[in-house]
Amino acid sequence: MELEKFSYDNKIVKYFIIATVIFGVVGMLVGLTAAIQLFYPIFNFDLEYTTFGRIRPLHTNAIIFAFVGNAMFAGVYYSMQRLLKTRMFSDALSWINFWGWQLIILAAAITLPLGLTTSKEYAELEWPIDIAIALIWVVFGINMIGTILKRRERHMYVAIWFYIATFVTVAVLHIVNSFEMPVSLFKSYSWYAGVQDALVQWWYGHNAVAFFLTTPFLGLMYYFLPKAANRPVYSYKLSIIHFWSLIFIYIWAGPHHLLYTSLPDWAQSLGVVFSIMLIAPSWGGMLNGLLTLRGAWDRVREDPVLKFMVVAVTAYGMSTFEGPMLSLKNVNAIAHYTDWIIAHVHIGGLGWNGFLIFGMLYWLIPKMWGTKLYSVSLANSHFWIGTLGIIFYALPLYVAGITQSLMWKEFNAEGFLEYKNFLETVVQILPMYVLRAIGGTLYLTGVFVMIYNLMKTAGTGSFIANEDAEAPALKKEEKVHTTGWHTVLERKPVLFTVLTLIAIVIGGVIEMVPTFLIESNVPTISSVKPYTPLELHGRDLYIREGCVSCHSQMVRPFRSETERYGEYSKAGEFVYDHPFLWGSKRTGPDLHRVGAKYPDSWHFYHMLDPGSVSAGSIMPPYPWLYEKTIDKSMTASMISALRTIGVPYEEGYEDVANDELDKQAAEIAARLKAEDNIEIVPEAEIVALIAYLQRLGTDIKVKPEQTTQNP
Amino acid sequence: MFKYYFEQIHNVEIWPIISLSIFMIFFLCLLLWVFTTDKKYIEKMEQLPMDGGELSNSNQKSHE
Repeated sequence: MELEKFSYDNKIVKYFIIATVIFGVVGMLVGLTAAIQLFYPIFNFDLEYTTFGRIRPLHTNAIIFAFVGNAMFAGVYYSMQRLLKTRMFSDALSWINFWGWQLIILAAAITLPLGLTTSKEYAELEWPIDIAIALIWVVFGINMIGTILKRRERHMYVAIWFYIATFVTVAVLHIVNSFEMPVSLFKSYSWYAGVQDALVQWWYGHNAVAFFLTTPFLGLMYYFLPKAANRPVYSYKLSIIHFWSLIFIYIWAGPHHLLYTSLPDWAQSLGVVFSIMLIAPSWGGMLNGLLTLRGAWDRVREDPVLKFMVVAVTAYGMSTFEGPMLSLKNVNAIAHYTDWIIAHVHIGGLGWNGFLIFGMLYWLIPKMWGTKLYSVSLANSHFWIGTLGIIFYALPLYVAGITQSLMWKEFNAEGFLEYKNFLETVVQILPMYVLRAIGGTLYLTGVFVMIYNLMKTAGTGSFIANEDAEAPALKKEEKVHTTGWHTVLERKPVLFTVLTLIAIVIGGVIEMVPTFLIESNVPTISSVKPYTPLELHGRDLYIREGCVSCHSQMVRPFRSETERYGEYSKAGEFVYDHPFLWGSKRTGPDLHRVGAKYPDSWHFYHMLDPGSVSAGSIMPPYPWLYEKTIDKSMTASMISALRTIGVPYEEGYEDVANDELDKQAAEIAARLKAEDNIEIVPEAEIVALIAYLQRLGTDIKVKPEQTTQNP
Repeated sequence: MFKYYFEQIHNVEIWPIISLSIFMIFFLCLLLWVFTTDKKYIEKMEQLPMDGGELSNSNQKSHE
């Protein structure tokens, strides 16, 4: 057997690690800023670019795609070369992958604060960036598949399967969810509307968590945990079951994000059932990880790498148990729209992703610099500060979420809402928000300790850019003893990739087909009409300012909600909503029935200074809406784009749209003048926003055909 | 677009049953296969991450 000499590319791994650390700090700092704004609203420095609605997506995108994304690439590029005993397929593709990804992050960091957003969670980036993401992702895929094809190891280890599944699924999710109709270079409308859009978005959103934050990291766990523990994975058979059942089940569970919404009931139930089933593969994976340490628990006491990994895997187990529990309709009724969900995702984000990344870095840096960790005690300090940070982050939010939800639902003896004013329920939990920010600060402090330690470590060694290795070449068509069809499958990576695709598409299709069916099944409400041109502009402003980050537009059929907000939301009311704006969090009250609830002047003063209208409000002021004017030159293309994707504006309407816009704006300006002697130019952005807010949820009130409901 | 084809499907209630059946069949096949896999193959795969083929094991105290 002839040994071939080659080298592993460590330089690309190093660059991805540097990007991971930089964007980790940036993303966490942005998150901390957003957290502080929730109890100290003026912490947006009075700038429109740093308001909560704009930096919340910046935080989520930075953490998911920049911090976790770069770490994923670092881990994949390191482990894949070694598991396949070959250098990456193409150094050029590796570097295109690296720089392309950083450019995308840069584009996100510029566009999101500018308010250029689609408003769909974790898919906020506008269409040109979406295309760039797709291209770079394909580059990554080609590089990966190419590496697999030129491998020197006949079988693909389970980690590689997870990487393949990640590549395939994220590509499908991203492309399907990003169907949008461009209006201009940085503005588009989602191809789907209302209920359809919601289902596609949460099919994406849920599986972005599954296939961007989970499967690649399970692959990393299956590689780095055995390496760090210096013993093979507990059960390889279990890992096979873990892989196939996880990727097969995960994709079905998206509708659990839409329980009690206008989504058809059966789809909600399907989401619930598959979410519960997810416990099995998730816990199978967690146990497989923890049991890998069988007989090596003494080393967990000494080795910070193992400490981080044990907490990471435990956090994975906790959040994958909590997730299915939150998918139960009765639990979801309490938890949805509250801080409980924020706590839940941060157990996953800070615990699972963060700690696995830290463990990986503490293991990789000494390896790649041919040295030992500079300070084990500093790493241990990081571990404890970080763990405390997670606890201080999550516990207050659990308390906050449950407290607030119970307050929302509390009725007094007379049968009225006990806390009629939403703000009371916000003020109540502000101390928890302060504690959460302290938890976040602790966690971030730990990261700085790590950076110092890792830089010192690198300083004591010398970087091995190309690590020499040798392995026998893979013989063509060697007749190995056949041991079953899966072993054959693992020798055929392309076939394997196709089967993975099929496994995820089955779930996707069964979930999506009814989305298309829904359109014809949704009971049409004849009084629901498309938005007027001025309202469209207002809606775009609502999207730009990220109002959806804190306000839902979905009144669930509970007595506590219909009492507070009004008639529950119907699927037919959203047929012209491109994109849907149901939201997922109620830091402020639901807005679906806010139309015609207050006079125009109330909104005028409230947007200018929320605190003066509602004392104690944590909503930031929006003074720029009063200075800027709407871009009327866009109206025609907005109307045309929406007509193309199915909104029934008459042919030629775009030519008269601005006349109607002027008329409606003048009416509102006149009303403001009459109500409280307010002087404002009709073109001011606030006028458009008021037009939209006053329209919200009013269509069904036009006709007296509505029936009273009793859920 | 696709909705025109799917409008033909009247009994949408059957979807969940189909979903569950597909899953059960898939899962049973998976179990069947895993428990009939050759032990030698499993052992080989378990050891795969342990040997990366690296030559430079400078300061590693590992006993791989």
